[in-house]
Amino acid sequence: MAKRIDVSDLNVYYGDFKAVEDVTMTVEPRSVTAFIGSSGCGKSTFLRTLNRMHEVTPGARVQGKVMLDNLDVYDHSVDPVSVRREIGMVFQRANPFPTMSIYDNVIAGAKLNNQRMSKSRSDEIVERSLRDANLWEEVKDRLNKPGAGLSGGQQQRLCIARATAVEPAVLLMDEPCSALDPISTLAIEDLIAKLKENYTIVIVTHNMQQAARVSDRTAFFNLAGTGQPGRLIEMGDTNKIFTKPDKKETENYITGRFG
Amino acid sequence: MTTATQPTATGSSGEGPDIQSSGLYSRQLPTYFPAALLVVCAAVASGAFFLLGAFHPVPVAAVTAIGYLVAVTTSSAVVENNRRAKDRLVTGVVYCCFAIAVVPLISLLSTVVVFGIERFDLYFLSVSMNGVIPSMDAGGVYHAIVGTLVITGLATVISVPIGLMTAVYVVEYGRGRLKQAITFFVDVMTGIPSIVAGLFVVALWIMVFGPGQTNGLAGAIALSVLMIPVVVRSSEEMLRLVPNELREAAYALGVPKWLTIVKVVLPTAVAGLTTGIILALARVIGETAPLILTAGMASTRINANPVEGDMMSLPVYIYKAVRDMGLSGEAGVYAEERAWAAALTLILVVMLLFLTARLVSRFLSPGKG
Repeated sequence: MAKRIDVSDLNVYYGDFKAVEDVTMTVEPRSVTAFIGSSGCGKSTFLRTLNRMHEVTPGARVQGKVMLDNLDVYDHSVDPVSVRREIGMVFQRANPFPTMSIYDNVIAGAKLNNQRMSKSRSDEIVERSLRDANLWEEVKDRLNKPGAGLSGGQQQRLCIARATAVEPAVLLMDEPCSALDPISTLAIEDLIAKLKENYTIVIVTHNMQQAARVSDRTAFFNLAGTGQPGRLIEMGDTNKIFTKPDKKETENYITGRFG
Repeated sequence: MTTATQPTATGSSGEGPDIQSSGLYSRQLPTYFPAALLVVCAAVASGAFFLLGAFHPVPVAAVTAIGYLVAVTTSSAVVENNRRAKDRLVTGVVYCCFAIAVVPLISLLSTVVVFGIERFDLYFLSVSMNGVIPSMDAGGVYHAIVGTLVITGLATVISVPIGLMTAVYVVEYGRGRLKQAITFFVDVMTGIPSIVAGLFVVALWIMVFGPGQTNGLAGAIALSVLMIPVVVRSSEEMLRLVPNELREAAYALGVPKWLTIVKVVLPTAVAGLTTGIILALARVIGETAPLILTAGMASTRINANPVEGDMMSLPVYIYKAVRDMGLSGEAGVYAEERAWAAALTLILVVMLLFLTARLVSRFLSPGKG
């Protein structure tokens, strides 16, 4: 079920402002791809274009092509809602639905879409997703308590469980660990390593050690200058990017000479 | 510089460095001082007025307040320091302002309770004014309670869907000119005098049913003209408080926008929405002028049918009773008692609404586990 993403010549705009310029890349299935780069260089914006979340922002638009296997995500006849069912997303800040219990949060994807399913089927999905998210043992006795009562790290894992419960082909993660402590971060990194067996994972991170630890391939984004759009500078195997990158800019960033 | 500021040795007694010589020390008035000073000021002021033979609570309170402010500021300036003196002065002024703001409220409530309780009983609540002539020691407010409930209930049924959907449009869908226009006209509507809303419905009724038609539905429509903008404004604020992250979380699960609004945004905001609606209701429940124009004031019998003839309501009942106070003899006294008792009834109904609002917002707000 994991799918490949092919992006070609993608330009992303907020109104008249060009935020990201000319990105062409391939995201391999069943692997983890990390986006690194300094703040404001457009990696999160680019990530959000992959499942058409970008256009939720008023005035935002996109030029270029995003292919999910053989499907053109930005084709006129494609419904953004169904794209998002295929490409799930985990956000920087954990955002469980405050009105729902832990159980309902996990099956929110089905519940909010008014899908009918048997109790045993939904029990099964909840347990599987929570086990996948390494959260089952911690919450199995309080599934009916509100999701907002969990700790920050648990909430983030709950959000990951919620995203995987709808069985998407691709999972996008926008700095999923930036608000978490090292222990919770470790739990989520373990989880990413486990999830990549079944999903295509794209993760945006500010933490270069994290990119080095979890990802198979790394893409480095940077700004051409202040007020200029962000660009994809270099993309390749994580090992190569972190040991002998082709571009000087990448090397400067990796070695901490700026950014 | 190195040794001059060293504290005198007290280390042997184990009490740590001497606070007094550390430069952080300042003398303080005891914590009970302001309360005690206030009691003293009040005693002195009332004693003085009593000796002069002109005791009255208002000048005593005023002299007490001024005396307290002067005394607390000077004693603090002498014992403590300037900053604390200013702090105590401003604290005192804030308390005074609070007291001045609360006095009319308490006075109003106590007056209504004291005068209203005379006639406020189960009989008064359970009978109408049907067949009661002014000089009779009888009659009650039941028909007005029924009318108020029917009219405001209908007004709520009309305003809530319109107001809520307008708020959803403005917050979730609206863009550009149309959104600005709607927001602007909602603001304008908030400022419509209630009598004008009444006149509007009178004109509408003349157009539709011919002149001289008054009934409960007309009253309800007049009230909803007043209620809709309040519902829109409060719902708008509540919907804006729902974090965008929740909407994005739903979108990212492949949930369409309308389902996101129905199943995520509205449930998250439900406590605030309910409170806002009940407050809007409490705002219009006391409206008199538009109801006199639209629902009439001739009704004395129990009428629960909003499309059939005049309908009494509590505020109009009070107005009518106050007008009858001018009648000579017993009739005027009974009318006055009825006016106070009906006022008490109205205040209780509004308080009940506020209590409901508080309970609803407590029970519906998302729990924290």
